[in-house]
Amino acid sequence: MSPESGGIDVFIGTVRNATKGKNVIRLEFEAYEPMAIAEMEKIANQAFEKWPVQKVLIHHRTGVLDVGEVPVVIAVSAAHRAAAFDACRYIIDTLKQTVPIWKKEIFEDGEVWVAAHP
Amino acid sequence: MNIKILAFGIAKDIFGGTSVNLELANDATVYNLKYILEQQYPRLKQLASYMVAVNNEYALPGDNLHERDEIAIIPPVSGG
Repeated sequence: MSPESGGIDVFIGTVRNATKGKNVIRLEFEAYEPMAIAEMEKIANQAFEKWPVQKVLIHHRTGVLDVGEVPVVIAVSAAHRAAAFDACRYIIDTLKQTVPIWKKEIFEDGEVWVAAHP
Repeated sequence: MNIKILAFGIAKDIFGGTSVNLELANDATVYNLKYILEQQYPRLKQLASYMVAVNNEYALPGDNLHERDEIAIIPPVSGG
């Protein structure tokens, strides 16, 4: 918290228990770590260029996560809420497109690498 | 030249390991690499898409490859 900050927007991603009606048991996350960090830094810098934000936090876990656990947290502070909301949304949306992290959904009858196939 | 290609996500399943080694012409490009990989591992072509990263940066098809480059196959990402 800094005195100039008027608001902090926090996005907390959580593991859902179902996908397209199928029961999800757990998720397994994997990252190409050095490049993932580099891409996250690029996204943070883009947020600073696009909006008058003060602080940006991007946190992503890897490994096995059970339903309800938290794989990703994004937090953005700014003098005014609009910038914080917009930047936070941009960061999580862009992270899902460019950061080399992959998740495998584990079902009762099998597992799927998300987004791998059309 | 001999190059090592790192694999992640579903690419690990397709390659049957975390990396593969390939012998390429010295002036090989990313395009050439993808062509050869798809011949040896046809399942790559069934992916929605995939990228190639060179030294932690997404590469373009025309980019040249070098023996000391860190090269990785990036299947569709699904973080978050």
